[in-house]
Amino acid sequence: MGCLESMNYEVLLSQCTFREAREYIRKRCREVHEVAPGYRIADIHLIGVPPLLVGVDGDTIVFPYTKPCHGTFVIRAGSGEEAARLRSAKKKR
Amino acid sequence: MMEESSVAGTTGRAGQGEGADALILLGCPQVPVQTSAALYLAHALSRAGIRPRIAGTPAARKLVEVADPERHYAADLADLDGCIGEMAEGRGGYRYCFAFIHNDSGVAYAATVAAISQAHIVAVLFGEHAEALAGEIEFPCERIVAPAPHNPLPLKRRIDEVLTWVASNQ
Repeated sequence: MGCLESMNYEVLLSQCTFREAREYIRKRCREVHEVAPGYRIADIHLIGVPPLLVGVDGDTIVFPYTKPCHGTFVIRAGSGEEAARLRSAKKKR
Repeated sequence: MMEESSVAGTTGRAGQGEGADALILLGCPQVPVQTSAALYLAHALSRAGIRPRIAGTPAARKLVEVADPERHYAADLADLDGCIGEMAEGRGGYRYCFAFIHNDSGVAYAATVAAISQAHIVAVLFGEHAEALAGEIEFPCERIVAPAPHNPLPLKRRIDEVLTWVASNQ
């Protein structure tokens, strides 16, 4: 696991609420996995109110990234390793 | 520059949370009452024999450091996300977590601590959206709600009420 900066990421949604981020991922991602708060992606422990959803599309992942002062962002990042790790858990749709 | 170096030099001076009983989780320091209330809470917890650790963003920590340069009240300061990471990895258990909340992110951070730790959560809700944010909370916790953004006294009074209960459980 590296840092987010090394993952070639893009911001899909900026400064939204955690509910808006959850709904965005639920509606826009064909493959969705539920993870526990604190789940680690790269050097980030995911922050949020359960259910915390992470989308997977090929070798990219889509996840919420919450900052204390700026709300929640939805990030898409390329990481085959992270995608495989998520797929190894039970898939939820 | 010298002032900045001096402030930065005190960061993480003490503790790293080992042995802390209570975590004071600071949010974005945009609302003025937060720093004042957090220092008061740390002081009151220490007097009750409960060792506090304050975790916050760099800006929130700097406000605390400048207000308490000798670290009388904030002996143990930590990085917010580092602290969450420790708990998520099963390190850094606390009996109590006082989560300061004035925005949506604050609710998300408090919910995360509720999910990854066994701490008794006290949600300290303040600022103009305090009532609405209190309604967003779905995890079990005590709630302190005081909307005033500048006057710390309503928040102090509500903290005192909860601390009476906390001290009685010591």
